[in-house]
Amino acid sequence: MQTTVLILLPIAGAVALWFAPWLSARAAGGFALLVALGELAYWVGTALNFDFSASGAQAGADQVWFADLDVAYKVGLYDFSLWLVGLTVVVTAAAVGYGFWVGRERPGIYLSLLLFLEGATIGVFTAQDLVLFYVFWEAMLIPLYVLIGVWGGPGRLGATVKFVVYTMAGSLLMLVAIIAAGLQAGTFDMAALGEGTSTWIFLGFAAAFAVKAPLWPFHGWLPDAYRESPPEVAAVLSGVISKTAAYGFLAIAVPFYPGAVDDWRTPVLVLASIGLVYGSLLAFRAPDVRGVVAYSSLAQMNLIVIGLFAVNDSGYTGALLQMVNHGLISAALFLLAGAIERRTATGRLLLLGGMARGRPVLATILITTGVIALAVPGSSAFAAEFLVLNGIFEVGWGWAVVGAVAIVLAAMYMLRLISAVLHENVGSAVPAEALDLRPAEIAVIAPLVVVLLALSFWPAAITDRVTFGGFF
Amino acid sequence: MESEFSAPTIDWAALSPVLVTLGGATVVLLGSLFLPLRARRAFGAAIAAVCFVAAGAAAIALFVADESGRGIVSDAIRRDRLAELAQVLIMGAGLLTVGVSYREPFRDDRAGEYWALLLTAASGMAFFVAANNLMTLFLGLEWFSVCLYILTAIAVERLPGLEAGLKYLIVGSFGSAILLFGSALVYGATGAIGLEEIGARLAPQQDLLEPAPERLFVVTGLAMLLVGLGFKASAAPFHMWTPDVYEGAPTPVTGFMAAATKVAAVVVALRVLVTAFPGEEELWTVALAVFVCASLAWGNLAALVQVSVKRMLAYSSISHAGFLLMPVAAGNELGGRALLYYLVPYSAMSVGVFAVVAIRERELAGPVTLGNLAGFGWERPFLGGSMALFMFGFIGLPPAGIFLGKIYAFAAVIERGWTWLAIVGAVFTAVSIYYYAGVIRAMFMQPRELTVVPAGGSPPADRPLVAAVAAAVIVAVGSFVAADPLVDVARDAVAFLPFPVG
Repeated sequence: MQTTVLILLPIAGAVALWFAPWLSARAAGGFALLVALGELAYWVGTALNFDFSASGAQAGADQVWFADLDVAYKVGLYDFSLWLVGLTVVVTAAAVGYGFWVGRERPGIYLSLLLFLEGATIGVFTAQDLVLFYVFWEAMLIPLYVLIGVWGGPGRLGATVKFVVYTMAGSLLMLVAIIAAGLQAGTFDMAALGEGTSTWIFLGFAAAFAVKAPLWPFHGWLPDAYRESPPEVAAVLSGVISKTAAYGFLAIAVPFYPGAVDDWRTPVLVLASIGLVYGSLLAFRAPDVRGVVAYSSLAQMNLIVIGLFAVNDSGYTGALLQMVNHGLISAALFLLAGAIERRTATGRLLLLGGMARGRPVLATILITTGVIALAVPGSSAFAAEFLVLNGIFEVGWGWAVVGAVAIVLAAMYMLRLISAVLHENVGSAVPAEALDLRPAEIAVIAPLVVVLLALSFWPAAITDRVTFGGFF
Repeated sequence: MESEFSAPTIDWAALSPVLVTLGGATVVLLGSLFLPLRARRAFGAAIAAVCFVAAGAAAIALFVADESGRGIVSDAIRRDRLAELAQVLIMGAGLLTVGVSYREPFRDDRAGEYWALLLTAASGMAFFVAANNLMTLFLGLEWFSVCLYILTAIAVERLPGLEAGLKYLIVGSFGSAILLFGSALVYGATGAIGLEEIGARLAPQQDLLEPAPERLFVVTGLAMLLVGLGFKASAAPFHMWTPDVYEGAPTPVTGFMAAATKVAAVVVALRVLVTAFPGEEELWTVALAVFVCASLAWGNLAALVQVSVKRMLAYSSISHAGFLLMPVAAGNELGGRALLYYLVPYSAMSVGVFAVVAIRERELAGPVTLGNLAGFGWERPFLGGSMALFMFGFIGLPPAGIFLGKIYAFAAVIERGWTWLAIVGAVFTAVSIYYYAGVIRAMFMQPRELTVVPAGGSPPADRPLVAAVAAAVIVAVGSFVAADPLVDVARDAVAFLPFPVG
């Protein structure tokens, strides 16, 4: 029941906004923010009542949708889905708040699409029926397409086409795989599906998740989509939406197809390792703020996939913690990128620099986020990456070496970003009168960083509270 | 000479959907003679709407009443739920078309003919889907085709309309002729025209080691029947007429053709193939699979490069002929359900998209292209939003019923063991995103071209058309939400068909 509320509350808010076009920008924005915060509060309530010792999905609902193929509206929360839903509500609340403050054109529609996206994403994280999972999976695409296509930057049309065609091509293969899996098992209920043996079905799932994550070399859509989106959409896209792909590996592809995972583990790990190093290198060479964040996001997602394909408790736990970490980090960084672009009208690192002077809040928040992102010991990202490397070490030490190298690279690109924006000489695009972060911006971004700091002090908040339904 | 002839008993109730619409057409024609010019349009529309509602209600009542199917009128017509469900869809498409065409700017002195022809076409389709032998099959086919030829060219002052009408007439007649010839060959080989009889007489031949000479006739006849039905369903490679006719015809008529003609053609294809040729299953399923691949490939690839929205939608309709024939090609009962379920959202959305095109066309007083669609979504948020829903729906995204229809169609072919066909469908669905999303991009994302606005301000609100679009939206989303009852209806509709594949 609570899960249904978590899915439907933002969608209902979105629909209400569509039917109230007469609302002023302020009223519409306030309403959307209220819905997003209400959703956040509701999630906190759900998390407090969550029984972490029980295995199996909780707080769910099960309703026949069409009996013919045994498809049901079946949702529920596992411990890992609870944390990913938490990530979603936190990041979306920040994104909605930021979008409201910035003041986009047609704010009612804009913010309602963000809320709709939130509902669909939570649906992906909680669906316990494969067809329902696919419904939510595709439903995420619609608001994203419109958000980027209408409110994006100058190259938005090309970016949306690439994004949609890439993701759909992958997810349609998953659709065929889902139907084949469901017909074989006689049900689409994920709890009753049992272990599958078909490599082809595994590959169908993997195609969709590899594109969405993205795994190297399926990342062609990523740089454009992340650069052309409004910053808060990019924050949601890289912070939350990419996690749905990792979730797909975590909850569906890996546990249901152990045989195929054994066969395909090496190729997947090779791709992910290349993606990790390649993404890190590109992030180091990227000419603009968003490029750095986008490619670092590619690298981190590949690291998460490495953790998942360790297929052991350590790798899985590390991957999950890193999913939450990276979601918060990249959301904060994209919002900071937006703040920087608002002040300088550019994201090019060549034209930036020296912004720390006289802007202590911006400098503090950016450095804090960056330092956590580069996995400095003591940070939550360090805890997560340690677990991932520990997990993959059991599979083969070579993979762990690649991962460790990438952590060094992460330090390089993050420090380069920090120094290129904050230090060095004052860039030509940085006006002297450019303000420090405004209170509203602080109110939106600081909570993300606070959560990150809290997780750094207490990563066990998550790591002690995931059992992956007794999978290991 | 003693005559053995005795008139067959006629089940008038079962014929009521056909008769009501036909009667309505007569009333409209006669009434238009006596009414002043300006009253004709409203009069005809009202009669047409009432008749469509009444015929649809009659079909629903028959559907509820008929537990099992039976032949009526000396077995020439079949009274069963398959026909009745198809009639409901046809009448529904007709009703929506009334709303769409109410303000279509054709001349008032043609209004009588327009409504009468629309009713007659629907009547012919209702007859066609119930046809139970090769004679009634051909009769029904010609009955509605002739009406559509004229409807296509009804705006005689528009040259493209005339051209389209002529093309449709020639190519359509060619298709009908092939179907007729095929029927003759099948009759020659089996000595029967009733569909069940043909099925019964063909069955024993399966045991013959040496193929009988008649077998050649049967195979050729079956092939020609498939070609004839392929023409009507505008499945590739028999689709050549479709883009020109869809573009040239008045837009409401195009919507009606895209919805109702396709329903009639694929339902009849299902009935004929499954009832009369269950033994030849290994032939026609493969042939249909070829049609499916050709339609998907040709329709989707050609749609990519279209500029005219109507032409683009015509190619989209060709590609959907592929998706609709896919479950028929599966030849199993799941496929039958899939087809009937798929048709519900598909027919409503087809009328809906052309309705949106029609209103833009009236605003611009010219053909709609992707370029001059710019800004439409923000100018008319309801119609723009609905169009976006239809476009996402045609791709196969939730929350439109085609999403589940595609899942069903894929499930049917996968169950048959033809996973490759589902993958072909998936690949071309991915291709289709480009052009469907292109419409959304045009409506919402492109800056408006500067145009000289015609004097007189914004165009009048077109309530009947908006109501039709709203109804299409409700059906599209409703079929997604309430899939379970609809699938039960589809199951009832195909329960009597002897599907050849397990």
